[in-house]
Order: sequence, then C-alpha cells, then structure tokens
Amino acid sequence: MSETTLPDLAHALESEISIHGHADTNTGATNAKLGMWVFLSSECLFFGGFIAAYLLYKGRIVSGPTPHDVYNIPFTSVTSFILLMSSLTMVLALASIQRGDHRRFRIWLFATALFGTVFIGGQIYEFTEFYREGLSLSENVFGSSFFVLTGLHGAHVTAGIIWLLTLWGMSMQNKLHVQNSERVEIAGLYWHFVDVVWIVIFTVVYLIPK
Amino acid sequence: MTTTIEKVIVAPEEPRQSVLRRPKETTGVWSWFTTVDHKKIAILYGATALIFFVIAGIEALLIRLQLAGPNGSVLTASQYNTLFTMHGTTMVFLVGMPLAVAFGNYLIPLQIGARDVAFPRLNMFGFWVFLFGGLFLYSGFFLGGAPNGGWFGYTPLTSAPMDAGFLPGRGPDFWTIGLIMLGVGSVTSGLNFVITIINMRAPGMTLMRMPVFVWMMLVVAFLTVFAIPCVTAALIMVFFDRNFSTNFFVAAQGGDPLLYQHLFWLFGHPEVYILILPGMGIVSEILPVFARKPLFGYSVIVFSGIAIGFLGWGVWAHHMFATGLGPVAVSAFSLATLLIAIPTGVKIFNWLGTVWGGSVRLKTPMLFALGFIAMFTLGGLSGVTHAIVPADTQQTDTYYVVAHFHYVLFGGLVFAIFGGFAYWWPKVFGKMLNEKMGKITFWFMLIGFNMTFFPMHFLGLQGQPRRTYTYASNMGWDKLNLLVTVGGFIIALSVAVFLVNVIVTTVKGEVAPEDPWDARTLEWSIPSPVPEYNFAKVPQVKARDDFWHRKYTEDDQGRLVLRPSDSADYKGAVEERVDGHDIHLPSPSYYPLVVTLGMPVLAYAAVFKEPLLVIPGVLLLLFGIYAWAIEPGTEEH
Repeated sequence: MSETTLPDLAHALESEISIHGHADTNTGATNAKLGMWVFLSSECLFFGGFIAAYLLYKGRIVSGPTPHDVYNIPFTSVTSFILLMSSLTMVLALASIQRGDHRRFRIWLFATALFGTVFIGGQIYEFTEFYREGLSLSENVFGSSFFVLTGLHGAHVTAGIIWLLTLWGMSMQNKLHVQNSERVEIAGLYWHFVDVVWIVIFTVVYLIPK
Repeated sequence: MTTTIEKVIVAPEEPRQSVLRRPKETTGVWSWFTTVDHKKIAILYGATALIFFVIAGIEALLIRLQLAGPNGSVLTASQYNTLFTMHGTTMVFLVGMPLAVAFGNYLIPLQIGARDVAFPRLNMFGFWVFLFGGLFLYSGFFLGGAPNGGWFGYTPLTSAPMDAGFLPGRGPDFWTIGLIMLGVGSVTSGLNFVITIINMRAPGMTLMRMPVFVWMMLVVAFLTVFAIPCVTAALIMVFFDRNFSTNFFVAAQGGDPLLYQHLFWLFGHPEVYILILPGMGIVSEILPVFARKPLFGYSVIVFSGIAIGFLGWGVWAHHMFATGLGPVAVSAFSLATLLIAIPTGVKIFNWLGTVWGGSVRLKTPMLFALGFIAMFTLGGLSGVTHAIVPADTQQTDTYYVVAHFHYVLFGGLVFAIFGGFAYWWPKVFGKMLNEKMGKITFWFMLIGFNMTFFPMHFLGLQGQPRRTYTYASNMGWDKLNLLVTVGGFIIALSVAVFLVNVIVTTVKGEVAPEDPWDARTLEWSIPSPVPEYNFAKVPQVKARDDFWHRKYTEDDQGRLVLRPSDSADYKGAVEERVDGHDIHLPSPSYYPLVVTLGMPVLAYAAVFKEPLLVIPGVLLLLFGIYAWAIEPGTEEH
C-alpha cells in the first residue's frame, strides 16, 4: 500500500507549484519544496520502524540461513556504489537544467534513472540468490525483516525511477524549463533521500557484523 | 515575517490540456465533489466526522446496554469484541482526528490571514481518503468480518494467520489495511498544515502573534507527520505476518510481539496529544473572548504546547508497564510521564489566570471551555497515577483506565469541540446556534459524562476488567454499572439536543452578525459566512489579537475604550463583502477523488488476496496522479 501512495504525494506536491510558485512565502522557500522535506522527514520514521525490527531480530535466528551465510558483500558494495553515483548524476542533471542546458540535463537524468535500474536489477538478483540458498520471507526472523525492509526500499527506488523517467519524457516534449526546474529539484530531494536511506541500510544491515 | 522577493520563479505555464474537462461549479451539489476550498473541505470533514461520532456513540450505547446488569445477554462475546474495537477505532481515527482537521482546515488560513492552505488539492485528497478509509473499515461488517482485535490490535492476536483461529474472519485485515489508508490521509493533512502555517502567514503575522489554536495545530501537524509512519510500519508487519507467513511477531521463531506494542505506542502516545492539543487550542481561543481579557501567559502556553509535543515522544512505554520491561526502562518512562504533567499543569493555571478577574460571560462556548478545564484536569490527575508504576500495575486493563482516557478525550477534546461548534458556528454558517438549547446540551453532557465515567474509577479499582463482555452478579459492580449506562444515555440525549439545535437553527435561526462575540482574531474581521476568497485585502497584522486592537485602545489611565468609529485610526469594522471575481483562487479538480478511488480498490485486493483487482487500482491511481500533475492548480481566467 505504502509505495503506491508515494508518487501520488510527490506529484501532488510538485503540481501545486503553479499556484504558489512565487517565492513570496514566509520562509522564502516554496511550499512544494518544504512539503517534500516534511514528507521525507516522515519517511525517516517509516524506515526507522523496519530498521529497528531488523536490529532487534539480529541475534534471534532460530533456524535457516543467517546473514553471514547469504550476504555477498562485494556484490552489494558494487550496486550500492552505483546507487550512490546516481546521486552525483542527479546533481549534475539539476545543475544542467538550471543553466538551461537541456541536452546534458536529459543525459544526466537518464543516467540517474539507469543507475537506479541497475541497482534494482542487482536487488532482484540478490533476492533470487538468497531465496535459492534457503532464505525466504517465512523462513526465519532474518528473512522477514530483511526482505520487508529492503523490499520497501526497492519499491521507493522504483517509484523514483518512474518519476525521473516521467520528468525525462516531459523534457523531451520541451515542457521543462529553467523556470520550473524546481520540479527536478524536488524529484532530486526524493532521490537523494532514497540513497541516504540505502547508506543507512547498507551499513546497519550488511556491514555491522553480528 | 514575509519577505517579498520580487523575482518570480515560475513563468506562466502555457495553457495545458487536461484529460477531463476542468470542473467549474463553485455552488450546488456537484461542487462539493470537486471543491478545493479549505472552508468547504472543513465542513465535509466536520459533517462526516459527526456522522461517525453518532455511529460510534451507538456502538458505545450497545456496549453499555450489555453491561447494564450482570450476565448481560444483549450481545454475544464476539459481537461485543467487534463493538468495542470499532467504537475505539472510530472515535480515534474517524471522529477525533478528522474533527480536529475540520477546525484546522477552516480556521488556520483565516487566523493567519491566508486565502487557502498550501496544497488545496492535497487537502481534498486527504478528505476523500478519510471518507473512503472509514467506509472501507465499516464495509468489513458486510464482507466477512468487522475488525475485532481492539483499537490497539495487539499481536500475536491480530497477526496470526486466519487459519490459526485466533480471530476468525477478515477483521484484522480490514483493520490493518483501513488504518494504513487512513494514515495516508492524516499525513497529507498534517503536512499541509505544517507548510501552510510556516509559509503562508499574512504580512506581520509573526510566529509569536499567531493565535494559540494555530500554534497547537502546528504541533499537532508535526506530531501527525512523525507518528503515523511508526504505526504504518507496525501495521505492514502485522499484515505480512498474517498473510505472507513472515515471523515478525511469532515468538517460536524468535519474533517479539512486544515490538508491535513499542511501535504502536510510539505512535499511540503522540496520538493522544494529536487528539488533545487541538482541544487546548480551541479553549485558548474561547476563554479570552468570554473573559474579555487577553490570554494569560501567551508565550508560556505556546512553549508548553511545544514541550508537550517533544515530551510526548518519551512516554510511550507507560502503556506497557505490565509487560515486564525491566526496572531501568520502567523508571525512565515513569519519570518522563511525571514530567509531562508539568507543561500540562502550566496550561491549566494559565487558563485559570485568563478567567480570573475577567468580566466573564457564561455563553455556551464559555461553559464548554470551563467544563473542559475541570474535566481535563480530572483526567490529567488520574493520568499522573499511571506514572506511578505499582499503582499502574493494579489499574492496567481495568475500567480505571477507561475512566482516565475518557476524561481526557471526552471531557477534554469533545467538550472543546462542542464549545468550538458553538463559538464558530455563526462564522461558518452565518446563523447563531440557539443559546438555550446550547446550555441544555452542555448541562446534559456534563452530568451524563460524569455519571458515565466517574463511577468507572471505582469499578476499575474494584477490579472490573476492560474488554470483557460480561460479569457475574456477586462482584458488587451491579449498581455502579447501571448508573454508568444511564449516564451514557444522558450523553446521547445531549448530543440529540445539539443535533436538533443544528436543524432548527439551519431552518429558522437568527442571522449572525459578523462579530457576535466581540472577538479578537482575524476570522471575525470578515463577513459571515466567510466569502470564498476569505479576505478581500490581505490583512496587515500589527499585533497579537490584531482585530481586538483595531477595535479597542486604552485611555490615559490604561482603561479599555472603544476606538471612536469616526477617528482616523479606526479600522475595527468588519471587511465589506466584495464581488471577488478578480481574486485568483485555486480551481476545483476531479483528480483528488480519482486518485482516492484507486485506494479502496487496492485495499480490497489486499484483503481478499485478489491480484486481478490490483490492475484497476493501479490504473486509477496512475491516471489520477498523472492527470493531477499536468493540471495547473489555478486555471487562467
């Protein structure tokens, strides 16, 4: 349920810019941008709940594979690195459209979506491998808390990819300009957030031993 | 402070084609489906929540009929479970929160001098989600099981798979999915309020000039945005445990049912403040007007509200003292719970200080506000007893707890809401509610309320357990239970008088003047009922209680005098109603409804594990979202 509500909120925020796009707000920041910040702060507690569950259940595996048995740290490091690099390309995309350089904007934005897709591909591969090694949702508390946490993160990344590709399509139709580049900035805020959450998950879930 | 930046960031959008023809109606039945006007949305929230209030009230009366005497046979045990679950769930999620949102929606833009909220379409989306979420929850009655695991839905009772036989039927599925859905609506409305309040205040409306109601709603909005995701996470785990055989709350697999309680109360205790702070805000608006004195200790009340907002995050485990958390955790949460009584007590003394020495007018709103102070104080005091762990262990799961939180939520929130109805009714509907019937409502409610809930303290201390559908006759509880039931029906009578008052007033009520109470805040400086555009001219705010200072000044001896209306500095008159045609307002839209329609479809898909339903649900959502995104917020004239 939750992942389907995400893009609609984001688009809702985005599309309100046309009413209150003027900077004559009390803070100087637009409603849409502040709205995205507040939304992301809400998301922190959402992910926090699942991360807490994972940590609580870490040493409590009764049967089946443990993290030590299934994790392939070098592989996940590579996909994590690719996801982090997508934040760099996102920054470059925003800088391009703010300069009015639409060609580079489209390249960097597409690269961002592509890196995100590679990450998701890696996650699907990883899930399949883990499942083959006997870790399923219902196998043990590790499987339950791991798959639900990383799965929800993956759903967020997927929503982000769809959002980025939508912006890319709008740009191809010449509907994004320097003036409404805040749409890109807000999508970027979301994208960076999803990356930051992954940094936390990768550190807490994969790297901290036992 | 408003910083006026000359640079305009967004160029006028080129006219865009929308998928559906843009709705234009601003009057008539259809306009209520497409409106984005914060005032109409507020009325929709209020009316819907009142209907749910009556439904949940009837559920409570059925519970009381069952418990009126020993060995009651009005309800079966299973019907009783369903009724107390739905009574609690409805009152919290479909009455308390939406009523606060109704007041917030109507008043926040008016009190800060804005034309609308920050995200008008998102506002309407929040309402639709609330309505459909509520209907979805109640549809369980007809589709294989209304929720029956308590409003708190403790695991593993709710999380065990259906074939485990803990809770037969689909009740827990309707409950988890329904609450996740309602949470989405609450977060969007909370987010909307946060941005509206920090970003859309009129020139001169600094934070410390804001009416206390707006301040309290700001705290509530932050609490909502941060608390709801905690319970959403917990509910997702419950749903996965129940339907996809995960082990989050399966003790045999190393899962921990207490994790659910932690996550639930991490939401649940801030939720208590989400429910009571709007009431505190309403009372802080009513008291100064009817005591004809400024609010005593404005900044202390504001900071106490903020302090409650922070401390409210550190007390959740006092709901779990009986679960064996260990001495360290128990001591810490006991201390935090005692601490939170301080800002609350500070507020009570400030309200008393406001009334003290004022020229008090005992109109209906004032009666309810004074009733609020007295009843809420009683509830607060019994709340402090929960911080004392040995006492709390004795009281846990008894009627003492039921007495306590009804004193806080009914004696607190509901009294404030009815006071708020009486106070702002003329502004919203342009008619005065009948004063005599208002007073009858108050006295019936006060007497009925105390008859219902005061004896529960004694019943609880004598050991009568909550959530138990009957009791034996030799326990010594018979007479008090009968008294409680009679009290419940007196409350019902008071609500009936209120509803009659509403109908009579609507048909042939006295037309309200713009400023019937000689009030202090900006919403009274505009016509009643409020025009669509709110303020013809955006107000320039110079003081706290700005409208009061436009009407009154002090003479040489510091006495209050009315500004002569022919003097140059007189600006106390209510704004003239204007045509308002050239005032740019957000345009109505279909898409909040379209997006929301996708959600119950997905919800039923989840409850009935029907993958085919996912397709229309997702299509509706996507269509609504994209059409919403390409539709401009405001149409060009």
